[in-house]
Amino acid sequence: MSNLFYDAAPNATRVAPSLPEPRQYPTEKPTDIYLFGTCVIDIMFPNAGLDAIRVIEREGIKVHYPQDQGCCGQPAYSSGYTEEAKEVARAQIKLFEHDWPVVIPSGSCAGMMRHHYKELFKDEPETLEKVNALSERIYEFGEFLLYVSKIQLKDQGPHTKIALHTSCAARREMNTHLHVRELLAQLDNVERVNHDHESECCGFGGTFSVKMTDISGAMVLDKTKALKDSGASQVVTADCGCLMNINGSFEKQNEALRGQHLATFLWLRTGGTSDE
Amino acid sequence: MSNQDQHRIPVFDALSQHFKENAHQALGNQQLRHNMRSAMDSLMTKRLASMSDEYEREHLRELGNHIRARALSKLPDLLEKLEANLTKQGVQVHWAETTDQANQIILEIAQRRQAKHFIKGKSMVSEELNMNHYLQHHGIEALESDMGEYIIQLDHERPSHIIVPAIHKSAKQVGHLFENKLHTQYTDDVDTLIQTGRKILRQKFFEADIGISGVNFAVAETGSLFLVENEGNGRMSTTVPPVHIAITGIEKVVENLRDTVALVSLLTRSALGQAITTYVNLISSPRKADELDGPEEVHLVLLDNGRTQAFADAQLRQTLNCIRCGACMNHCPVYTRIGGQAYGTVYPGPIGKIISPHLMGLDKTEDLPIASTLCGACGEVCPVKIPIPELLRRLREEDVRPPEETPHTVKGQGARFSRKERLMWKVWKTLNTKPALYRNFSLLATRFRALTPNIMAWSQNHSKAKPAKHTLHELARKHLGEQ
Ligand code: SF4
Repeated sequence: MSNLFYDAAPNATRVAPSLPEPRQYPTEKPTDIYLFGTCVIDIMFPNAGLDAIRVIEREGIKVHYPQDQGCCGQPAYSSGYTEEAKEVARAQIKLFEHDWPVVIPSGSCAGMMRHHYKELFKDEPETLEKVNALSERIYEFGEFLLYVSKIQLKDQGPHTKIALHTSCAARREMNTHLHVRELLAQLDNVERVNHDHESECCGFGGTFSVKMTDISGAMVLDKTKALKDSGASQVVTADCGCLMNINGSFEKQNEALRGQHLATFLWLRTGGTSDE
Repeated sequence: MSNQDQHRIPVFDALSQHFKENAHQALGNQQLRHNMRSAMDSLMTKRLASMSDEYEREHLRELGNHIRARALSKLPDLLEKLEANLTKQGVQVHWAETTDQANQIILEIAQRRQAKHFIKGKSMVSEELNMNHYLQHHGIEALESDMGEYIIQLDHERPSHIIVPAIHKSAKQVGHLFENKLHTQYTDDVDTLIQTGRKILRQKFFEADIGISGVNFAVAETGSLFLVENEGNGRMSTTVPPVHIAITGIEKVVENLRDTVALVSLLTRSALGQAITTYVNLISSPRKADELDGPEEVHLVLLDNGRTQAFADAQLRQTLNCIRCGACMNHCPVYTRIGGQAYGTVYPGPIGKIISPHLMGLDKTEDLPIASTLCGACGEVCPVKIPIPELLRRLREEDVRPPEETPHTVKGQGARFSRKERLMWKVWKTLNTKPALYRNFSLLATRFRALTPNIMAWSQNHSKAKPAKHTLHELARKHLGEQ
């Protein structure tokens, strides 16, 4: 167990996370799920969302995508606009009537819906009750595949070295760095390499990247350098905010290395075809 | 101008409060970047090595949090008890609401004793008071005796870290500093440098009229001032001069001696990865008749300076749990890159961001709550489990709340309030609560992706962000059919 925490590169940030809260997973594989796609995926990386749908469907699970979904509310929440965040959250809560799992291909949005909605509605007992029940059904994509759908991946690609980047919110609220590592370990030909200061933030932080441009720039430069130096030929992440930040920086630096969403990576490695 | 005003020294006069400019400068300083990164890496490694058993660590943090929360829940009672017990034992207790009051109290003691020379152990509260400056203004020399503080003082700087004040300097830089200021021969051998400083300071301990120290924990039940340190200078400052003045924030009180066991272990391990410091001092009275050493007078100055503001709010009160270990700084990716001086506050890094608005007001610290990605590393390492990211988010709320709106929880509320920004979030809310509107908007964003505005700040570090050709809403509908 403890090795999972510390097996990062010798010079990686040696942050020791809190003990993960043990989570009870359903024993039965569900017949249906909801996909909450997140606004960044919706507009910037829709294929990641589509690939998530395809991977889950292949498990024999019916996927529902409520067309009325929007943003989870996190941008306003973390900017201090709590009332606005609350109304947006309220609009999302309504979308998941049935008792099915809600799968979110983004650790930080999953963290928002699973943990911070409770804070938003702490003074509204009726809504809070709903939110608490919903929170139990929220799964990050990788976590869902591994523990709820109990997926068995068959790698069909050539040997490759990848570096995994996990968003901070995901890492600290959802423990997704552990889930995704385990998931990737199922792929026989995929070698996961560590990068320097792996658990350190990439510098995105939503509005931070435009409000504190200089500091954010220094952080993303260090992050992309660490990723390049790791020798990986591909970066995989389950968070599209970080992906936008990291890929945008690689592109600006004219670097060939790119990050890809976990869903797309898994889909392509296991026989799926890209429609791009 | 009243006599009192004449002697008023603005506490932060030496600090530039333009966080962004400071940060920009610091980022351009390669030497600083290098020094900070390697120092923080080493501190992170040491902390983890000394807390390698995660179950012990997490249970101890839990305990630390409970001890601090319990103390704060009884704060007024415990302070009274502390005062009563200390007074009974012959320690004189003084209360100061503001930094000015604290400085005056100290000055009065000095004048009564006709003191001209102070020697100081490390104390962050004395930095809060800008005490050295104040005393100097009144013809009194206050010399730092902690090696790091001494170096900083020689270079007319402010500490860059609350535990290791000169951490941003390399041995070479200190070598040159000593060569210039102390006219010693240049060396970058750390031991030699320390010996040089030590020789000078030794003499000063014997000449000093008053010794100053901070306090790590003030134990109410026994009336003891608990002080940890590594260099022995703390012990010298509190025992050699005839008068000892301890200064501390009112939040440092704990209920009983047993409480200090967990806290001190958390403190030393989180700070420098030490199981315990070289010296642990417990001070409870001036020298007694049959004792050979110790000061004739001991004073304790208890400072508020905005702490009661934090105390009054149940969520913000958690700020006062802090035991000043510095771990949040060591693990903060922002602090690591810019160093402590860029913050323009006495306390830098994550703890600085959550406590400074209480000490100085949000109007003077408006950028600090937003100078974080909310990555959570600080909250993850804090030995007393202060939810720093949550408190940062809360302060952002206070930062953008219109100044006229009640309640006024934090001084300087609304420092970053902007009608334009508020409107933008209202529009965003409308978009995201009206599904049809949202779909039209995202559709337009993808259809006219070529027209995506260029956000200057974004394109400084990234290629232009471009929406995809189709939204996921569209792709999903095509793939899954109408549902
Ligand atoms: S906030 Fe926590 S980690 Fe930071 S200095 Fe205080 S006790 Fe240490």
